[in-house]
Amino acid sequence: MSYDRLIFENSVPGKFAYSLPKLDVPEIDPSSLGTPIREELDLPEVSEGDLIRHYVNISTKNFSIDKGFYPLGSCTMKYNPKINENVARIPGLSKIHPYQPQSTVQGSLALLYELQEYLAEVSGMDTMTLQPAAGAQGELAGLMIIKKYHELRGDHHRTKIILPDSAHGTNPATTAMAGFELVEIPSDEDGSVDIEELKAVIDGNLAGLMLTNPNTLGLFEGHIEEVTQIIHDAGGLIYYDGANMNAIMGRARPGDMGFDVMHFNVHKTFSTPHGGGGPGAGPVGVKAFLREFLPVPLIEKEGENYVLNYDLPNSIGKVKAFYGNYGILVRTFSYISTMGGPGLREASEMAVLNANYLMERLKKTYRLPIDKLCKHEFVLSGIQAAPNVSTLDIAKRLMDFGFHPPTVYFPLIIPEAMMIEPTETESRDTLDRFMDALEAIAKEAVENPELLHNAPYTTPVRRIDEVYAAKALILTYKDMLNEKN
Amino acid sequence: MSNLFFTEEHEWVRVEGNKAYIGISNYAQSQLGDIVYVELPEMDDEVSVGDSVGVVESVKSASDLFTPVSGTIVEINEDLEDSPELLNEDAMANWIVAIELSEKEDLTSLMDEEDYKQFLGEDA
Repeated sequence: MSYDRLIFENSVPGKFAYSLPKLDVPEIDPSSLGTPIREELDLPEVSEGDLIRHYVNISTKNFSIDKGFYPLGSCTMKYNPKINENVARIPGLSKIHPYQPQSTVQGSLALLYELQEYLAEVSGMDTMTLQPAAGAQGELAGLMIIKKYHELRGDHHRTKIILPDSAHGTNPATTAMAGFELVEIPSDEDGSVDIEELKAVIDGNLAGLMLTNPNTLGLFEGHIEEVTQIIHDAGGLIYYDGANMNAIMGRARPGDMGFDVMHFNVHKTFSTPHGGGGPGAGPVGVKAFLREFLPVPLIEKEGENYVLNYDLPNSIGKVKAFYGNYGILVRTFSYISTMGGPGLREASEMAVLNANYLMERLKKTYRLPIDKLCKHEFVLSGIQAAPNVSTLDIAKRLMDFGFHPPTVYFPLIIPEAMMIEPTETESRDTLDRFMDALEAIAKEAVENPELLHNAPYTTPVRRIDEVYAAKALILTYKDMLNEKN
Repeated sequence: MSNLFFTEEHEWVRVEGNKAYIGISNYAQSQLGDIVYVELPEMDDEVSVGDSVGVVESVKSASDLFTPVSGTIVEINEDLEDSPELLNEDAMANWIVAIELSEKEDLTSLMDEEDYKQFLGEDA
């Protein structure tokens, strides 16, 4: 038996992984219960041993941050400290129910309240909600707040949201989802917002601007105060995408820069697991004048007690059941508490130092289109000595060296982009080994480009046929059987 | 004067009478890589300069197709729905949409083939 095959392929009729006691109640004819939804369910029939070995074997083929260096730019694949997991499993925090009387969960409400306070301090915003289930939902909630603000003032014509082309990749989708019209503006030569281009698209229909700072090129917006001024003067609000907060914690605050609304990605900034679609959290912060629009309930303190405040008539409503993904918020609280203020600041400093350490050495071998002090990440654009070798080939070859490849072909404004974000949790030794690998690949690219073209060689699956994968959507076992026949 | 124009977003426009056929340039298809999906606009849609009139999706990214001219969508190249790779095979021969022009002046701001080649030289 090959444990590599699909669990369905290892199915043997009659095998099972359970043992039930003898039936001690009268058996009835299932048809007496009405028409079944289906005659039978095609579940795999395997023993417990087969089942465990199958899943353990395929799990070892996955690459994860616990297995190796993962410099996926824009994603902040930093190490998830295991103390967060321990804290999240404390019975007093894990064995509670959202319908419990508030008086019996005062500790948990205190934790959430204090987390709000921490996040407000880190961001410079006045009030936070912890409800959104992920960064993208936080963005949507933030733009809904901006929409409601304009609508309540009778400014129904304010329908335009401006996005720089170096924005976080989710911003255009959020803008469309929230029912706004998207206006994209190009960056200037330094990768910052082009002030003239910005002024050119401002008119009375402006609702706001979304900005990621540092931006997706890993660069801090030099004229951020000018940008916020221009937007405010035109009656718009300015949204801070917290995707890259990891680079500025304890050094600069969106609230001080003039932003009105923002979200955090706690899986990036505060070391909670990257869920792969699993539970996340995207806390949203606003300036005081937007508090009335936040999702309900707000978690507030009254004397010595923590209470849930539903009394916000202008709220955009609930965006998530109960109070958000509590378990993830506990991990966020754990991280901030263990790090402390100085620790968060040092984390950002190390993230920036690591990125610049890589950039300075790699720019001797690789093309670096924008060569200036970066924040937490930077973007390369191919090998200097082998300009015709594609970034895809470089990325695939890196897997043979045991590293997860960086983000490739993003941001779109840099051709053959390779976006590297080491994060603060990597040692100098790891960074050196990674650069050794990239330099070895650059050498191979000159001497034997074919070697790169056929990489990877050591992974469980070799080069994927991406065109076939994108066109032939085989998403279920049944699809696979049909394809085979 | 030639009837072939290019945009800075790497689209081409071929004018026949009052109709403009729009596709993506050879440079665009080479940058996108293998194209796996083309989303076409609705027939009879009224569009103005800068509107998205389709999406070209490759293994690397999804890019909007922006119209450099205003008018009405009068033809869409449905062959691309089943065979998006036609754009990789010959980008200049395979148009994506045709627009009945409402304002011919839109064309004056576009590049001719010579200008576009120069633009690529600077851009690449």
